[in-house]
Amino acid sequence: MTVLTSLAAAAPRRPSRFARFRRRALATPSFMAGAGILAAILALALLAPVISPHDPYAQDLARRLIPPIWQDKGSWDHLLGTDKLGRDYLSRLIWGGRISLLIGVSTVVISGTIGTALGVVAGFFGGRVDAVISYVITTRLALPVVLVALAAAALVGGSLAMVILVLGLLLWDRFAVVARTATLQVARADYVAAARAIGCSTRRIVFSEVLPNILNPLIVVATLEMAHAILLEAALSFLGLGVQPPLPSWGLMISEGKQYMFFSPWVITVPGTVLVILVLAINLLGDGLRDVTAPEQRN
Amino acid sequence: MLAFTIRRLVISFCVALTVSVVAFFLLHLSGDLAQAIGGAEATPEQIQQIRVQFGLDRPLVEQYLVWLWDAVRFDFGRSFYFRDSVVSLVAQRLPITLALGGLSLALSLIIAVPLGVLAAVKQGGWIDRAALLFCVLGQAIPTFWLGLTLIIVFSVTLRWLPVSGNASWAHFVLPSVALGWYAIPAVMRLTRNGMLDVLASDYIRTARAKGLRMPAVLFKHALRNAVIPVVALAAVQFGFMLGGSIVIEAVFSMDGVGQLAWQAIARKDFPVVQAIVLILALLYILLTLLADLLNALLDPRIRIA
Repeated sequence: MTVLTSLAAAAPRRPSRFARFRRRALATPSFMAGAGILAAILALALLAPVISPHDPYAQDLARRLIPPIWQDKGSWDHLLGTDKLGRDYLSRLIWGGRISLLIGVSTVVISGTIGTALGVVAGFFGGRVDAVISYVITTRLALPVVLVALAAAALVGGSLAMVILVLGLLLWDRFAVVARTATLQVARADYVAAARAIGCSTRRIVFSEVLPNILNPLIVVATLEMAHAILLEAALSFLGLGVQPPLPSWGLMISEGKQYMFFSPWVITVPGTVLVILVLAINLLGDGLRDVTAPEQRN
Repeated sequence: MLAFTIRRLVISFCVALTVSVVAFFLLHLSGDLAQAIGGAEATPEQIQQIRVQFGLDRPLVEQYLVWLWDAVRFDFGRSFYFRDSVVSLVAQRLPITLALGGLSLALSLIIAVPLGVLAAVKQGGWIDRAALLFCVLGQAIPTFWLGLTLIIVFSVTLRWLPVSGNASWAHFVLPSVALGWYAIPAVMRLTRNGMLDVLASDYIRTARAKGLRMPAVLFKHALRNAVIPVVALAAVQFGFMLGGSIVIEAVFSMDGVGQLAWQAIARKDFPVVQAIVLILALLYILLTLLADLLNALLDPRIRIA
């Protein structure tokens, strides 16, 4: 008895999962940088009504194409200048952040659900089911994403909801591939065999044994696909078949600025730089998350 | 090898057939094509006339089978807008897109493979870390914005290269950089990881132990094995580039298939859109098939699996 209690007391207390996560996260610079920038952009986007200096839709044709503050003719009233219709660029950028984030998150919710469901079913049941789903994935990969998304958007009419739906229905391939591979590994684990032995239903095994154990790689995929979706939305809007004016999508701002870029390059460098920073932050967060949750895969 | 080849051929054929179904029904089910062709002002009689003229009043399955049967014989119908055969429209523009894709791929391989090798040889060194940072940054830059920025810097400010068009070789430089850029991180990472695996293997230690110099070890023994997965990736990336050229051709006003596709989409010229979706998908399927076969040839382990 005394031996046991002293042994128990001597054993170091295992830190909680969250404490371990926090310790590793704090020691991973890319994770901290990504999370920090992303949190800042998120805060700006959420606080848009409070902090944006002007109405993002208010036109003032007398104040068109004012350059940003660091240039000669800059104005303190419009820190990042105005666009071809005299709308305040900074306000449009801040409101545009909402669109990019909304697109990224909503697309990943749709594509993540589809891809994970397909991947887990394929990996868990194997055999013919796996063959059919793998075939579906191969077919999806053969479709040129940009072209199909453009064609679909043109037919139904470009809009925010449309872009989210089209991208969500197209970008599930990586989720499916990763979920399938991870499930194949997990399904062979002893704890799944144990769960089966004590009579757990398939549903219960999938939801409480398989899914929690394949979550980490899927979260990393989610960050990558979020970045992918944001870039694709910008490209679709740039081509005029994504988010429609007057919404302040960053891709659309670049598209609208294109004809002025020879004399006022900042009309495309400013929204482009913000887009790069957002996608970079998400990618850093994803890389960092992989290092934090699966340090053995670092290379 | 023969069984493997036949199996892959059958799968590729089935995928191609499925893609043709998707390409056809995607466009026919997502809206009323006759209405789209006629425009908002068209009267119901005109719409009906368009339906009959283009065979849109027939059952969908029949329309699909007719289209597929024609497509198999390289007849994709006539463009609504150009009133010209789709095949000749695409054939005129395909060389430009293929050249753009090929140059982009070559460029990204020339940069990414040596960088990947260097990063792996000096793992954890400054080249390695700089290369990885470059990868993360590279993937965050939107292709179309990179294209516009390159125009501002090299065409407008420095006046080294033309702004747009496809008249000469110089016109292909900036578009190829912009399009090839996105493939660099993926190729570099794969080369680096492949090299790291190979360099840690026994036969490399043997080669070094028998006194071979490092360059000989790297190029004769390591790179050959590390580069096998890169071949497959390069094929896949080439497929992506053909699809992604739609954005770059729009930025640089190049008269390629991507530009044609974009204009056709904007004009609701569906015979052209359908044909291009199918052709790009077929090219992708063909490329992945070739890559798989080449891989199996180089690495016998794949054939058995």
